[in-house]
This record gives sequence, structure tokens and C-alpha cells, in this order.
Amino acid sequence: MLDVLCCLVRRDLLLALRNRSDVGTALLFFVIVTSLFPLGIGAEPNLLRAIAPGVIWVAALLSSLLSLGRLFAADHADGTLEQILLGAAPLGAVVAAKAFAHWLVSGLPLVLIAPLIALQYDLPVPLYGVLALSLLLGTPVLSLIGAIGAALTLGLRGGGVLLSLLVLPLYVPVLIMGAGGVEMAAAGMGAQGHLLLLAAMLVGAAAFAPWAIAAALRISTE
Amino acid sequence: MLEAADLECARGGRTLFRALSFSLSAGELLRIAGANGRGKTSLLRILCGLLSPAAGEVRWKGEPIRPLREEYSRQLVYLGHAPAVKDELTAAENLSIACRIAGGSRTAGEIAQALQRLEVPAASLLKRLSQGQRRRAALARLALSHSAPLWLLDEPLAALDAQAARLVEELIAGHVGQGGMVIYTTHQEARIEGRVISLDAMAENA
Repeated sequence: MLDVLCCLVRRDLLLALRNRSDVGTALLFFVIVTSLFPLGIGAEPNLLRAIAPGVIWVAALLSSLLSLGRLFAADHADGTLEQILLGAAPLGAVVAAKAFAHWLVSGLPLVLIAPLIALQYDLPVPLYGVLALSLLLGTPVLSLIGAIGAALTLGLRGGGVLLSLLVLPLYVPVLIMGAGGVEMAAAGMGAQGHLLLLAAMLVGAAAFAPWAIAAALRISTE
Repeated sequence: MLEAADLECARGGRTLFRALSFSLSAGELLRIAGANGRGKTSLLRILCGLLSPAAGEVRWKGEPIRPLREEYSRQLVYLGHAPAVKDELTAAENLSIACRIAGGSRTAGEIAQALQRLEVPAASLLKRLSQGQRRRAALARLALSHSAPLWLLDEPLAALDAQAARLVEELIAGHVGQGGMVIYTTHQEARIEGRVISLDAMAENA
């Protein structure tokens, strides 16, 4: 079973590598949105430092949403999804592997580039680590929750808009804990509580989301 | 081995067929005939478990397929309308991944041999190939699937030239000859001997 999952992750990464523009779009979107705020608000360092965690986190949510539509749509259109549904590995494990591949392609780059973005907002250096860590714990949750929405809206007309309406409210707890953690650290109170709660969300999502995604996929492919 | 009992299928508020029963044992070939929109594809999807019937059930070796899930799907190969291949991958990568998803792993040699048999260039990206060649690349999986007893093929001969159609018919006949079971649909003149179920007659009763 494990080799099937590895094969699927490798396939998704290979497809992402050969379709580089898709991957680039989400990352570039994140960079541009986070760069617009300092340009629009002006170079008032205290204000920028105050809004940085929230702005970076909101941009991460939107950027993750941008690539969600493609998570199952391409496989659905060319019939590969039917083969996956009939595959040898349990569907729950397969969709977890797909969500993991989605995170590697769309979430991990955000984590890596976040310190560079933080530079624009003049965040103190010790906060870089907290920001990256909060994104590292939070973005996989976004991929997992988003995959439920992507599976439910599969094959619907105007599914993209519906997907945002469905998924964004579910992203709120992640946003609050992620941005809140960085703000706490900035205020010198320690981000541990928020980060631990984020980690708990990640564990919860990793345990339950795959089954929800699998059930949603079975419904929307009937 | 495979049994369909009183199947009923309704799509979009319309009953396509009802009280459809048949059984298939090792070494049998079954063609599903019927005009467009009679539910041939839906029937195949019901048989492989992708679609649940409005009534009735499908049994494999006497057991309903629903609870069997992966255990049942390991026994079958389903090739649908869509070729299930990726344009950005080469024919060899596509075939190797398709086998992997289905639960078997094949050596590069076996993959190359299967593709050669269907005369598909193994190393070129599928987007550089024609529709017919893509179709061949998808059908190459049959050449590696003799260990799965049940084949469910939806229009396997569509978009193929005469020579490729003959090759696929050979593969089907070979599988049946080895004691496998094949259920397929086609609009082309059937040149393989086997039973036929017509959904046209069903529609009149429904």
C-alpha cells in the first residue's frame, strides 16, 4: 500500500514539475499580495509590524485556495480519479497522500519564503522562526480542509466560487491561531500555546479529514 | 463468479433499465449493446462499484461487492470512456503509474514490451501523440492485466484504427481463452463470439 501512496505523491510532484506555471502562480500570488500592503499603507514601521502576521496569514489562506481547484479536477476530467477509486490502496490513505503532495507544492514554498516577506514588514528577526513554524503547522491543515471542499465541489459549475465560500470559514480557526501566535511572540508573551493548538489542529485534521475527503469524493463521482 | 441481480438504474429522474439480471462465469465474454443513452456506461460503472444501482445488487463469488471494496477492485480492470492518462507524462510513465495504482508493479521491460505490442512510442510525452495513440497507450494496460480475472471495458475500440482494433480484440479473446471474464460495450461490428445483452429491449419494458 505504501508504494502506491509514494507513487501517487511522486506522480503529483512530477506533474507539478512539468506544469511549473501552476505552482509558480500560487507562490507569486502570495508574494505580490503581501507586497501590496506595504505599498498601499505606506512605510510606517510600527503599523507594518503590527499588521504583518495577519496580512501574511490571510495571503497564505488565499494562495492555498487558489491551487485547491486543481487538486482533483484534472484527475476527474481525464478519468484517472476513477482508476484511483478502484485502486488497490484504501481511498482515505490515497487522498491523504494527494493532500500531502498538494501541501508540498503549494504550502511548503510559502513556509520557506515567509522570512523573506517578513523582511518587508520589518519584523524582528526572532519572529521569523515563529512565523515560519506557524505556517509549517498551519498550511497542511489548510490543504487537508481545502481538499474536503475540493472533493465536494468536484464537477460542479462555478465550483471555484462555491469552494471559497465553503472553505474560507473553516480556515478561520487556523488563521486566528497562526496569526495570533506570531502576535503573541511579538508582544513578548510566548507563542507556545497558539503553536500547540495549531499542532493539535494538524493532528485532528490529519486523522479525520481523509475520511471526509474520501466520502465526499465517492458522493461527487457517482 | 460475477452476478447481477435485479439491477435498476435511474439517471436524472429517468429509469434506464430495471430488473436486469445476468451472471458470468470464468471464460465468458459479454457484450452490452444498446443505442446512445441507454445506460451502457452506467451499467459498467455499477458493475465495478463506482455507481450504486437504484435497486438490486452485484455479487462477486456470491458476496455483494459493496463491502468487499478494494478486495473486489483488485480483481478487475475497468477502462472507461476517458483514457485516464496524463498529457504531461510519457506513455511508459503513464502505464507504470496505472499499474501501480491498481496494486501491481511492473518492470521497465514489461512496460516497454506492452507498449511495443500496441506500437506506442514509450518515451514521448502523450501530448505529442495523436488521439488514437493515446487510446492505445491507455489500452496497453490490458496487455499487462491478465492476472485480473474481470475486465470491464467501455468502448475499447473507439478511436482505434483497424489494426489496433484487431490487437485489442486479440487481447480480449486471449484473456477469455485463459479463463478470464470480459464485459464490454461497442458500437462497432462485434467480431468476437460471445453473449450479448441488449439494453434497447430493456428500455421498452421500463
